[in-house]
Amino acid sequence: MYFSKKNLFLYISLFIILLFILLSIFAPFISIYDPTHINMSEILLPPSGQHFFGTDELGRDVFARVIYGGRVSLLVSFIAVFISISIGTILGLIAGYFKGIIDAVIMRFVDIMLCFPVFFLVLSVIAFLEPSIMNVMVVIGLTSWMGVTRVIRAETLSIKERDFIIAAKVQGLNNIVIIFKYILPNVFSPIFVSAVLGISSAIIIESSLSFLGLGVQPPTPSWGNILTSGKDYIMFAWWLSFFPGVAIFLTVLAFNMLGESLRDILDPKK
Amino acid sequence: MSSYILIRLIGLIPLLLGITLICFIVIHLSPGEPTDVLTALNPKASEMAREKFRKMYNLDKPLHIQYLIWLKKFIMLDFGNSFSQDRRPVLDKIFERLPLTLYLNISALILMFLIAIPLGVFSAYYANTLFDKVTTFFVFIGFAIPSFWLALLCMYYFGVVLGVLPISGIHSYNFESLSFAGKIIDIGKHSIMPVTLSVFSSLAGISRFARNSTLDVLSEDFIEATRARGLPERSILFNHALRNSLLPIITIIGLSIPALIGGSVIFESIFSLPGMGQLFYQSVMMRDYPTIMGILVIGAFLTLIGNLIADLLYMIVDPRVRL
Repeated sequence: MYFSKKNLFLYISLFIILLFILLSIFAPFISIYDPTHINMSEILLPPSGQHFFGTDELGRDVFARVIYGGRVSLLVSFIAVFISISIGTILGLIAGYFKGIIDAVIMRFVDIMLCFPVFFLVLSVIAFLEPSIMNVMVVIGLTSWMGVTRVIRAETLSIKERDFIIAAKVQGLNNIVIIFKYILPNVFSPIFVSAVLGISSAIIIESSLSFLGLGVQPPTPSWGNILTSGKDYIMFAWWLSFFPGVAIFLTVLAFNMLGESLRDILDPKK
Repeated sequence: MSSYILIRLIGLIPLLLGITLICFIVIHLSPGEPTDVLTALNPKASEMAREKFRKMYNLDKPLHIQYLIWLKKFIMLDFGNSFSQDRRPVLDKIFERLPLTLYLNISALILMFLIAIPLGVFSAYYANTLFDKVTTFFVFIGFAIPSFWLALLCMYYFGVVLGVLPISGIHSYNFESLSFAGKIIDIGKHSIMPVTLSVFSSLAGISRFARNSTLDVLSEDFIEATRARGLPERSILFNHALRNSLLPIITIIGLSIPALIGGSVIFESIFSLPGMGQLFYQSVMMRDYPTIMGILVIGAFLTLIGNLIADLLYMIVDPRVRL
């Protein structure tokens, strides 16, 4: 990996992602306003030097809300992806390594899960539990691991035929050690690519859930619910939905471009 | 060939069983009881009434028995009655909503492939040129913009500012008085925005896939050989490369159906379209268990049918499978 024009997309997307992560981490130092502070004397003000992104229908600073909302949205998607990647990787490794009946059972389970519209599953579970940050993260994680399992299984199948794995077996190492110490490090790049791409879908799912009133609940700001509450004012206070919309758009785009670039770079065939 | 189809059909049975089992588990592992919903609006509901409900819906039996009872009814196509005010059979409720959802999703699917495949093929042919970069960026925009936000902006612009497109429902109030052609145009006008937007938001997956698959094929030796034979580039790309790159693309038709159906919850809510997605959302909010389970199973079933169609298309495109 070297600095060249070819990797331009990669650098732009890394820059955007780092920017949003830093803004989220240092939110209290960047914005002087409290994202949940209601100020009825300053409602629906357009963007200005004082309120960079204007204020909303309750006089809250939209800039502060977008930054703090980024904290929640990014946290939700990172943890959701951590859950889905963990499940997907472990099942994929087991299926690919042991083959036979275990493999058949796991892969049929994947096939079945892939038949469901993911959004239907997420909606039904969230509606029964209550829509809290915790539940949103867990449910998104539990319903989006199937793709990872397929990829990791395929990789594991080819790696396990390689000489160093056979050597490890001859040494009498047990299966768990072989899987985690010898195979896992070799499937790291597809895991990484899936994780990066998964984050962008998780952000989109969270915002769609918020639109239906089942995402992260107000007053805690998330990009999804700021955008959703701003939609009623779309005709005369564009800034309420524009800025969170752009934040979601840029982040999702950046994670996607990063994922695609990484796939090209890490793929030894090209 | 017919034996191949038969084997595929038999292979669907365990999948169907698995689907019903997962639906059942998802609903029954959730906290709260269906009787809570039935009695929540009626504070006078006594413990005896709750007990009666439990008996009526077999909720007093152990879970695996409940599943078997449900499965048995399900095989006879009896999905039970809805918990909502109307208490109508679930199957009737779903089937009156299904045609609209199918119509919108199938139109979207066809349009998506008509746009995404050429985009992907040309992006691969002109890989890393300005054309490729612009298309990549364009399809990613569709994926990255929250679809409901874009839908609202379009509704506002095309429906309110320009006033050229209707913004809700599937037909106008005077629908009944229109001529046959008028009816078709009316439905067409109402479906332009929902279909276009759902295509735009799912273009990225397939066009990128088509691009990568065509790139792989274009780097193979037989393409170089056809070029050496002096065939025109157009023929190389469409007669020789596309036929091979289509194979993996076809297999993801089936995989793209769940996403489309899932997306219909959003689009049908925004455009007030009385389809299955809207029914699902209403049922979820009312905890209408029988309807939720019915739609989950039917949604998964549609995906299975999609996969089957993809397999059949695969056989048509690739003669090797037929052998």
